[in-house]
Amino acid sequence: MHSNTRRRYAAVAGGLGLALALAACMPADDEPGGTGTDGDGDGGMEVAEGCEAYEVYGDLSGTTVTLYTSIVAPEDQPHIDSYKPFEDCTGATVEYEGSKEFEAQLPVRVQAGNPPDLAYIPQPGLLQTLVRDFDAVVPAPEGVESNVDEFYTASWKEYGSVDGTFYAAPLGANVKSFVWYSPEMFASAGYEIPTTWQEMLDLSDAIAAEGSKPWCAGIGSGDATGWPATDWLEDVMLRTAGPDVYDQWLNHEIPFNDPQVAEALAAVGSILKNPEYVNGGFGDVSSIATTEFQAGGLPILDGNCWMHRQASFYQANWPEGTEVGPDGDVFAFYLPGETADDRPLLGGGEFVAAFADRPEVAAFQAFLASPEWANAKAEVTSAGWVTANNGLDPSLLKSPVDQLSFQLLADPDAEFRFDASDLMPSAVGAGSFWTEMTNWIATDKPDAEVLDAIEASWP
Amino acid sequence: MDYISRYLAWLGDGIRDWLLNADDTGHKFALMLVAIILFVVVMGAVLLAVDRPKRVPRWLVTVGFVGPALLMLTFGLVYPGLRTLWASLFDRRGQNFIGLDNYILAFTQSEFQIVLRNTALWVIVVPIAATLIGLVYAVLVDRTRFERVAKTLVFLPMAISMVGASIIWKFVYDYRAVLRNSEGDLIAQQIGLINQLLVWAGLEPQQFLLNTPFNTFFLIAVMVWIQAGFAMTVLSAAIKAIPDDIVEAATLDGLSGAKMFRYITIPSVRPALVVVVTTIAMGTLKVFDIVRTMTGGNFQTSVVANEFYRQSFVQQNAGLGAALAVILFVLVIPLVIYNIRQLRISEEIR
Repeated sequence: MHSNTRRRYAAVAGGLGLALALAACMPADDEPGGTGTDGDGDGGMEVAEGCEAYEVYGDLSGTTVTLYTSIVAPEDQPHIDSYKPFEDCTGATVEYEGSKEFEAQLPVRVQAGNPPDLAYIPQPGLLQTLVRDFDAVVPAPEGVESNVDEFYTASWKEYGSVDGTFYAAPLGANVKSFVWYSPEMFASAGYEIPTTWQEMLDLSDAIAAEGSKPWCAGIGSGDATGWPATDWLEDVMLRTAGPDVYDQWLNHEIPFNDPQVAEALAAVGSILKNPEYVNGGFGDVSSIATTEFQAGGLPILDGNCWMHRQASFYQANWPEGTEVGPDGDVFAFYLPGETADDRPLLGGGEFVAAFADRPEVAAFQAFLASPEWANAKAEVTSAGWVTANNGLDPSLLKSPVDQLSFQLLADPDAEFRFDASDLMPSAVGAGSFWTEMTNWIATDKPDAEVLDAIEASWP
Repeated sequence: MDYISRYLAWLGDGIRDWLLNADDTGHKFALMLVAIILFVVVMGAVLLAVDRPKRVPRWLVTVGFVGPALLMLTFGLVYPGLRTLWASLFDRRGQNFIGLDNYILAFTQSEFQIVLRNTALWVIVVPIAATLIGLVYAVLVDRTRFERVAKTLVFLPMAISMVGASIIWKFVYDYRAVLRNSEGDLIAQQIGLINQLLVWAGLEPQQFLLNTPFNTFFLIAVMVWIQAGFAMTVLSAAIKAIPDDIVEAATLDGLSGAKMFRYITIPSVRPALVVVVTTIAMGTLKVFDIVRTMTGGNFQTSVVANEFYRQSFVQQNAGLGAALAVILFVLVIPLVIYNIRQLRISEEIR
């Protein structure tokens, strides 16, 4: 089957010249976005209107691709809708299954010999486990790889690779280096958006001097409690120690209790554990631990809190009727670096890994890495979704935060780094890092003890 | 599917493929027919053997009856049990033999010691508190006018799932700080029942689920709330089964009140008490839902079952997860033995 796929893509490459020639004559109403897999793969086959870009996948009638993800209702519907062009044009059926227990269940299904065809994996660390421990993931077929080479930056491809082999194409993305605030409150108080770390601390002091708490936070998230605090530390690590040390840190080339990590943790503590600064609208420092992350920024709406550091996806948590935008009720600014030119960017995203090498699976996987899918997804999503696929037409994004996120993700000067806890071994990244950061806040555990405990748990 | 195809390797490729990969409806129906025929043949053989007891040796009949149950126990209980025991001696990926290191880790590292301490607290406090409350309640409402209503009220929590009860209690314990804005108005109202009561009484609201070690006891209270109804029901039935002549004789001898309770009621319901205590203790050892729902095991409230799940399925540390499961298993054994022995003793008395 594999050689079959290979032959098909060889045909694509050959047909590319022809396709380019044909593209000039095509009607402009459905611009395929210049995909690398665009081509006349099946020769003279008749193609339905709007399906030109899908021709490369061939006729997949009667085939089914099963898909397993952690995305559940209501966010799953835009995903399901975004597959429609693929299903309509190729005749394949995509069976979508979302589960809140995805991370725990996927390894179980793989071990039981009952894996899905494709899975959306939110952590590269889990991908590494599946590749190294279970040997279950199929390397990315050529169609996927050529799409990723063309539409994603090298670092994104790197995060979908394990030990030098490319397995999983990036799908959605999010930007974590955001601070949510109320443009209206800032304007009426005469505050400017800070562009350096020091400006942000000065602003916090100014707000605190007025008798108000500048920051609010919440790290509660069921048995994942603590992850928003790990994001804080990662974001600050990128700023105080720099992206190179950040990479060494997550690969355990420097110990977890290295002085540079301690410095970053102290910097986080100067905000999150500063009773003058937190926890606006909720109470003292320890209330951060018991506040659910979904509620963490809501006091901004009541004027009890000024700033809330949380990812782009937090926009889904604002109550209905909240206007998100530069002139709306809430908006986000980029968490500043040491200087205004320092622009590290922390983010996350999902990756599509395949557990079967049937042609329809390879075709669908390639489709998910193409701009056609990215644009189809943007079209059916109301807000709260963005991708690092640079073939995406940003005007299709409906929320200003998504547009800002895409702008940052596409910015060549921004040093993008993936959420470190998703890359660390799960004993740390989904274990001690979460629990120790929770202890750090809940029981005021000293910095050094927290870092030592995480270092000791590194497998 | 991999496992199944390995087990069926002896069939040869053609037949195995036909059995495992049904593509169209006709094929599936054919497979169903094969399965039904197999079932009929096996069941027919069993029934025939049973129907002719004289011609079949006794051991074969015994095997026919006990065999299936034994077989299922072997594959469903003994085999996974032994595998877990074996897996607990390996590292996180189940590749390298590391001896007892997982157990040493579980007993020496401070975070796991807290887990074991919490489990011990649960197992000691829940059965005693739940049984005591159930027993006192059963005695108090026995033969009163409102007995039925009173019993129903205590028994109702049994009908609520553990997760449901946990969510209810999470609201009961909910905490809002007393914060005032610049005009001196309260920012947030309490939404937790207990904290609202505290505020009304002029006290500070408390972080019930955060402050160690008391938070463990607030979780334990949920389990007691659920289990007291069970204890009350069983013990109430046992109390009603005490023969009237015994009670009358004791009354004639001048016993009443606390003494009647101490010398007549308790000894009479002793077998029931043992069953209640051990059953609740076993259920408590396995407690998972309450901890996972209310604190997620954070703030030093984790118990063995929750930690076992976290290690096995969240942190992908199969070895340590298996070791924790084995520890849990070992802890349950004495309770089971005691329970069975008491059951046997009470059967002998009968």
